[in-house]
Amino acid sequence: MDKETTSSTANPESRKLDSAKVRQAHVSGWILLGLAVLAAVVFGAGSEGIATFRLSRPTDPWALPNLSIPAASTNYLIAALLAFLGVRQFLRGNVRWTSLSLGSGLLLAVIAFLVWATAGKGFSLTGMLQATVVGAVPIALGGLAGVLSERVAVVNIAIEGMLLAGAFTGALVGSLLGGVGGLVAAVTVGGLFGFILAALVVTYRADQIIAGVVINLFVLGVTSYVSSQVYSEYRFLNNAPVFAPIRIPVLADLPVIGPVLFQHNLFVYGAIIMVAMATYYLFHTRLGLRARAVGEHPRAADTLGINVYRTRYINVTMAGMVAGFGGAWLTLGSVGRFDENMTNGIGYIGLAAMIFGRWHPVGALMAALIFGFANSLQQKLALLNTPIPSEFLAMAPYIATIVLVAGVVGRARAPAADGQAYVKE
Amino acid sequence: MEIELRRITKRFGHFAAVKDVGLHIRPGEVLGLLGENGAGKSTLMNVLCGLYAPTSGEIVIDGRPVTFAGPGEAINAGIGMVHQHFMLIPVFTVAENVVLGVEPTGRIDHLDLARARGQVRKINDAYGLEVDPDALIETLPVGVQQRVEIIKVLFRSADLVIFDEPTAVLTPQEVVEFFEIVKSLRDSGKAIVFITHKLGEIRQIADRIAVLRRGEIVGQAEHPDAVSEAELAEMMVGRPVSFDVDKKPYQPGPPMLAVKNLTVLRGNDEIAVDNVSLIVHSAEIVGIAGVQGNGQSALVEALTGLTHVSGGSVTFNGQDITQASTRERHRLGFAHIPEDRQRTGLIPAFTIAENMVLDSYYDDRFSKGPNMLWDVVNTAAAHAVVDFDVRTSSVFDAVDTLSGGNQQKLIAAREMSRDTDLLIASQPTRGLDVGSIEYIHSRIAQARDEGDGVLIVSSELDEILALSDRILVMFKGRIVAEFDGATADKGTIGLAMAGRY
Repeated sequence: MDKETTSSTANPESRKLDSAKVRQAHVSGWILLGLAVLAAVVFGAGSEGIATFRLSRPTDPWALPNLSIPAASTNYLIAALLAFLGVRQFLRGNVRWTSLSLGSGLLLAVIAFLVWATAGKGFSLTGMLQATVVGAVPIALGGLAGVLSERVAVVNIAIEGMLLAGAFTGALVGSLLGGVGGLVAAVTVGGLFGFILAALVVTYRADQIIAGVVINLFVLGVTSYVSSQVYSEYRFLNNAPVFAPIRIPVLADLPVIGPVLFQHNLFVYGAIIMVAMATYYLFHTRLGLRARAVGEHPRAADTLGINVYRTRYINVTMAGMVAGFGGAWLTLGSVGRFDENMTNGIGYIGLAAMIFGRWHPVGALMAALIFGFANSLQQKLALLNTPIPSEFLAMAPYIATIVLVAGVVGRARAPAADGQAYVKE
Repeated sequence: MEIELRRITKRFGHFAAVKDVGLHIRPGEVLGLLGENGAGKSTLMNVLCGLYAPTSGEIVIDGRPVTFAGPGEAINAGIGMVHQHFMLIPVFTVAENVVLGVEPTGRIDHLDLARARGQVRKINDAYGLEVDPDALIETLPVGVQQRVEIIKVLFRSADLVIFDEPTAVLTPQEVVEFFEIVKSLRDSGKAIVFITHKLGEIRQIADRIAVLRRGEIVGQAEHPDAVSEAELAEMMVGRPVSFDVDKKPYQPGPPMLAVKNLTVLRGNDEIAVDNVSLIVHSAEIVGIAGVQGNGQSALVEALTGLTHVSGGSVTFNGQDITQASTRERHRLGFAHIPEDRQRTGLIPAFTIAENMVLDSYYDDRFSKGPNMLWDVVNTAAAHAVVDFDVRTSSVFDAVDTLSGGNQQKLIAAREMSRDTDLLIASQPTRGLDVGSIEYIHSRIAQARDEGDGVLIVSSELDEILALSDRILVMFKGRIVAEFDGATADKGTIGLAMAGRY
């Protein structure tokens, strides 16, 4: 049936249809043309000299030469490419490529922006990519926690609070017992909050959003109180060791790829391993099939003898543990100390990454990398002295969130029962 | 496997949905369980398949009393149920749905889908079911989805298979195929329970019949030929029933609604309504037959202004209303009984009076500036409620306290108590008891006798045949056939509904 409808849509003698996809393609076309104008007029005409991108540090065993490109002409080339992509949107038959065109158009626009900002100066590309990976870790873990709980139809707004609880516990227990003890405690406390959320929404059928917000406010309140009242007196309670980077032999020495991927601490590798494990669990195991069934059609799962409540408890608790691990990165993986509200919305961006990643662990990781990129771009650009005020640059990750979730994702499909309590008959 | 239900009672609060029911279910036999909606058939079977625990009474299997703590235990005991609303996960494949809950696994819990596919194929071959194990459920037609449910039950080696209103969603052709499957199951020694409210079907397929009314067994027949349809109907409803609709001879007036080359797209750009043209005259009932999901809903939404029209035109009494808003159409004299009374017809948490003015609250009669004139609203609602036989103690009751039949009468009251010219009714009697069906049908016939044009969309062929002056058949978004209402033949229409006309 699908094939038939497609062919009749493409049929030239069929009526001129006012189709939603065509309209969407045209809107994308206008956006791409707008980006082309921006790339030409602002980034092209506005840049002079050579943009130098550093690929290696002097200490690297195999150093690559710097990438030097003429800024203005590069940006004119990009503008031309953007214009080409934009015009294509208005031609017939290109409707299918809308999302891809828009995605690559945005990427080109970002490159043009980078070239413009770097024109006449030097910029460490490798450093930025490395910061991207590091910045993506808590977002990816938050997104993964979201995937695990929303796949069983529990909306998990509480990721923010679970991350914060993990960060706090990691710093506190880490200061007393060392890094490993802190990490174990952070994961345990994260799991505990997952269990509490499950109890609230599964057993007591509290509204999922409200239950999540309550957990967030509770964690924020407690941790802020302790860090402002207790830590000021007893500083040794907030002085945890930081996990050292582990260099993967040989791979860590590769130019560009080495520093970006293979010179990190436990948390980065842990995040990647967890994403792989979660993918295997959800899509290739018996329990994963059951978990997804519970998220899509709990009554059907129930009629087949699957325990809906237990499945939800287990998965939401696991989600809490993942978030606790992600939170521990903020203290044990990077700065070694806890600051008030140090998650600062990462949990919510993690939820956006989950949606952008279409409720798939790998998708969430990819989305987290995009948000991490926006974040590191903002940090590095502040060093380049661009004419853009740093406050605007700080907005970049959030603007990226809005644009991606609203524009590029389109209609991603959430698990069908997402957000609904299941009432056994 | 022989199953006996002994004095089963199931109460919800003070309400006894099932009272003291005793039944024998034997292998190699189809037991037809007949009853109206709300008679307790589904409750009884949900007790049997472990979803509900009985308040009192016992289930005896092969002489041994058993209790089920949940559906899992009933499945293990060999009881399988094909629910009226399929318990399938739309985004899973057939094989995944079939094995869910009893999955074949390898090491570290790895899901062995290859083995699952093989097992599905084996059942396919044994019973001639022909279902592709790799197809996604949401891409399959309803008839095939039902076969997936049957495979699910067989995969769990059920000896008793319960079908809850299995034919409600099928085309007449699919019903024939389905009956063949049921017979082959019976002949292989399975015990079958067939729940329905359709009299014709139960006499075709059942070997024994039990009739349930208000939670009690009110009659049994050891052989389907031992009772007539009229007798069964009387047992089921509790009084003699007439299936004919009284209406004046067919004398259509001038054309009223003219639809020309109408095309409607779904959100994903699939064509829902494909180049449809039709005319509804004054004093005429046009029935649109078709299996659900062939574009009828989109057609009605386009005609009532609820969805965007992608091509073609709609004119009403000569005026182009293709792009007119719903309220404009309403003012022109459109009445609309939507297909889903709970979701689009009513606001269940609102009172009856509030629901009565959902479409006319802005009218000068009911409001003055920003203020509602509640006295007027309540009085008008009370009149309409009496006029349309809505059984309720007060217009201040919330609508969700009413039965389905009374909710539907309430919608009819709201839509038809005005001075209307055109009635568009979608599935007007779905899920209603016989009494309410009779009433709604007589009201629709009355509207037509008074000169209204009426467009009825229904997947119940009997309803279309009983009401329509002209019958159109919709298949894959197109009108594929037209019949005269008085002479139309059920079998031919059935073929057209399956796209084979």
